Amino acid sequence: MTDVLTVRELRAGYAGTTVLDGVDLTVPANGVVALLGRNGAGKTTLIHTIMGLLRPYSGSVRLGDREIAGAAAHTVARSGVAIVPQGRRVFAPLTVEENLRIAAGRGHQAWTVERIYQLMPHLAERRANRGDQLSGGEQQMLAIGRALLRAPRLLLLDEPSDGLAPAVVDHVADLLEGLRGEGIAALLVEQDLHLAFRLADEVAVMQKGQIVHRSSTSEFRADRARAHALLGVG
Amino acid sequence: MAAYLVSVLNGLAMGSLLFAIALGLSLVFGMMDVLNLAHGAIYLAGAYLAVALLPGDDVGMGTFVLAVLAAAAVGAILGGVLAGLTRATPGHLDQALLTLGVSLVVAELLSVAFGEEVHAIAAPAPFDGGVPVLGETYPAYRLLVIGFGAVLAVAVYLLIERSRFGSLIRATVADRAMVSALGINTGLVLTGVFAAGAALAAAGGVLAGPILGAQPGLDEKVLLLALVVVVIGGLGSVRGALLGAVLIGQVQALGTSLLPEYASFLIFVAMALVLLLRPAGLLPPRTAVRT
Repeated sequence: MTDVLTVRELRAGYAGTTVLDGVDLTVPANGVVALLGRNGAGKTTLIHTIMGLLRPYSGSVRLGDREIAGAAAHTVARSGVAIVPQGRRVFAPLTVEENLRIAAGRGHQAWTVERIYQLMPHLAERRANRGDQLSGGEQQMLAIGRALLRAPRLLLLDEPSDGLAPAVVDHVADLLEGLRGEGIAALLVEQDLHLAFRLADEVAVMQKGQIVHRSSTSEFRADRARAHALLGVG
Repeated sequence: MAAYLVSVLNGLAMGSLLFAIALGLSLVFGMMDVLNLAHGAIYLAGAYLAVALLPGDDVGMGTFVLAVLAAAAVGAILGGVLAGLTRATPGHLDQALLTLGVSLVVAELLSVAFGEEVHAIAAPAPFDGGVPVLGETYPAYRLLVIGFGAVLAVAVYLLIERSRFGSLIRATVADRAMVSALGINTGLVLTGVFAAGAALAAAGGVLAGPILGAQPGLDEKVLLLALVVVVIGGLGSVRGALLGAVLIGQVQALGTSLLPEYASFLIFVAMALVLLLRPAGLLPPRTAVRT
């Protein structure tokens, strides 16, 4: 299978510090890779560097055949990468409808605002509400809808379950599971291992700015001792 | 009674001009985190353009409108250049020094070209006379400026609240990085807003001409007033700029008629009060939801 994302020897950080210390990672087309690791391992930094929100010191990020390392975020986005960021970062002063229309732009036929509303009827009911009037779960739906409107080949999901009630997490998981078959590959950063295992085909574990383990989800789950050693959990 | 009405009208006229001038300053600061200290110089360039294009006491409305549009065009070009320069210059202090430097150069060039004297600019006919207001004669031009302020406020409201470009501006004020992650070149949005804000400031220079004239040092006074308006209203807030401009216009007009020797001091008292009670301004923009 071809890879939609290929990261090689990626080094990046903030203000001279090194957070990513030679990351190698691939995400296969249509595949979902869960990126696990303790706090501070560099997961969000990796997501931001791939998205173009952080300029790497060195290394390569390829989307299909196209080199995107160091490109501006809007260029990366136009190449087919979308992000559901940590903390959701919904535009507070904009209505649900405006949040979606901004992302829709022109010519992304596969996903329309109407299709998002069909997929998430609850958002349709709240279309005139401002971003800061939504519950955490609604904001997460909006952040996912906003990313889908970019018709991405690669979706970067940074802690989609963060701060949500368990029932809402299930709802988000159902929604993301329903996207299988849409031709969207995903790189999923997630602390909730149940959610990560449910959605991901493969698991990559990060430690101190490097990928230290990669296996299929079932293989990873089978070896509890190794999982515990890598993540500090059983 | 009539004296108070005249004062209120004067305040509204000043508020209208301040809104036009402060709007760009506020949006550029809110979106780009750039404090454009050359904003006053752009205003002054507009005022001197009016001196050059509208000589004498007999100015027709058509010529006046052309001067406003020409100033807006010059302002837009200056704003575009400043947007490029500040984007290439990271860091607040460097940007402040850069725009201050541009401001000094522009003001000095204008002084060399137009001299140190005070230039009066005639109001366009048929607004060059007075109209009776409660038994007093009030300058018709100031009513025109109030009307312009009202139209500008409505137009800006529709643009910001009802158009796609407006939602882009509000989103960019709230979370610029997230907007670019949606495939939008925020640099273009920022340059557009910078240019439009500078165009309004330069056009404001022409519009304020028949009231404030043109002279060296006016750029600093106007910049200071606009800064006070932005601080009072809330950085990056359109509604805040309108409220701040109307407030400062009234404080200045009332102060001038009641306590002339303390008038300029009263504005800073108002700002200090706002900063004490609502440090983010009266109507700060809503920022991104970060939960």
